[in-house]
Amino acid sequence: MHNAGAIDTLSQMAETISPRHALLVRVTHWLTVLSFLALLVSGVEILISHPRFYWGETGNVNTRPLFTIPIPSSRSIVPTGYGYVLPDQNGWSRYLHFQSAWIVVGTGLLYVAFGFFGGHFRRNLLPARSDLSPKRLGISIAQHLRFARPSSEEAWSYNVLQRLAYLVVIFLCFPLIIWTGLAMSPAFESLAPSAVLGGHQSARTIHFFVTAFLVVFLLIHVLMVVLAGFRNRMRAMISGRVTEPQERV
Amino acid sequence: MNKLSRRQIITTGLAAAAGISGLAVAAKLAGRYGLIPPDSGGIYGPGETLTYAAQRVLTRHTLAREFSQSQISKDPFAYPVDPLGEEFQRFQSAAFADWRLVVDGMIARPASFSVAELKSFPARTHITMIGCEEGWTYIAEWTGVPLSHILELVGTLPRARYVVYRSIQPEAWDSIDMAEAMHPQTLVSYGMNGGELPVPFGGPLRMRVPRQLGYKNVKYINRLTVTDKLKQFGKGLGSGELGAEDGYAWYAGI
Repeated sequence: MHNAGAIDTLSQMAETISPRHALLVRVTHWLTVLSFLALLVSGVEILISHPRFYWGETGNVNTRPLFTIPIPSSRSIVPTGYGYVLPDQNGWSRYLHFQSAWIVVGTGLLYVAFGFFGGHFRRNLLPARSDLSPKRLGISIAQHLRFARPSSEEAWSYNVLQRLAYLVVIFLCFPLIIWTGLAMSPAFESLAPSAVLGGHQSARTIHFFVTAFLVVFLLIHVLMVVLAGFRNRMRAMISGRVTEPQERV
Repeated sequence: MNKLSRRQIITTGLAAAAGISGLAVAAKLAGRYGLIPPDSGGIYGPGETLTYAAQRVLTRHTLAREFSQSQISKDPFAYPVDPLGEEFQRFQSAAFADWRLVVDGMIARPASFSVAELKSFPARTHITMIGCEEGWTYIAEWTGVPLSHILELVGTLPRARYVVYRSIQPEAWDSIDMAEAMHPQTLVSYGMNGGELPVPFGGPLRMRVPRQLGYKNVKYINRLTVTDKLKQFGKGLGSGELGAEDGYAWYAGI
């Protein structure tokens, strides 16, 4: 109950008051990680049953594809050039895909509501106007390309490229992948018209490319976390704590 | 660590109680309004129930997209089926003159119709897409009797909730709820692209459910059973070895 204890309590209080990431951001982040991985695995399983892509409304094995993925298929009707057929995994894959989609949509709505009303987007994701000048953007890109270690204040905020990448993922990729997913639902198609996307098969093709983009984002994101200090960044996203509190000043 | 205050404990307790009773009420209401699918058990039950309930609330009366004549696929794909047996070949060699669609279950007037009788009923034609759960699609013009017409003819009892349809292939049976069965685009189809429904595409009779995926569109149907529960059919999951019993969702609107 003397000095040492008091300081301890003070520093703990400081951490409780302002963690690096708000509790809601941390919880929604990891829920999204889990559901995204489930969506990815089940999505790849579903893709394997027809690894061909088309543009427009219709496409099947009698149609010339836009492109094909050179992998074996889980259906004997698909000409793949491989002499074998993979086992059918679509039953549980489809169940898991839609269950995870519900979780990601619910989590996303919670996060977006918090982002708007709690000031998270304005404070942490909206880039400062001055950072958007070509010169400042150029400097940031050059720093990233040199794999320069982030400055210490970056442990407490996002740089401009990070902000832009997160905004694209949150406000472009996720809405587009949900929309194109719903556009493939025969019952829902009347409400989420796939026509504006160029047709049912176009929606499926866009769904695939947005997935590919998100996978690239995920790989770069994890690489950046590793480069910036894996343990510290992971701790910041799990418990909210950052180890070198003196760097905060 | 903060110590939990008495107020926090009470608030949390009240919130949890409200949440649990809210869920219980929601489940009860969902059951009453037919928002729970037969495959609602298991780890994927919650997601499946949400999907089915949400689509029933949002799309109960919406129409599947209809297309123009020029959009009909020149290259429709007929999914290969298990070999059709001798019995089917006998029907086929007689041009399906003896093929009958038996209707039984919770109806006032059990009946059986020949293909010719079905063709004499008011017909509906629509140009719609059929999509496989694998991801491929084609568009065709389908002609048939609205299932709702047949159900009105035989006098469906008010307690009925599902229509089970069976094929000459015992493994291929499935079922839909009344909302789908009474939907104006749901057909017992006998024609495709202006001609007879070809055998590879399900002729003489195919259940055509344009708001659900291809696997609900069972080929070679010969029996409809109206029922209030699906428990007594197969494993009670609502469809056979080509559907729920093979791990596929009963509701295929997505």
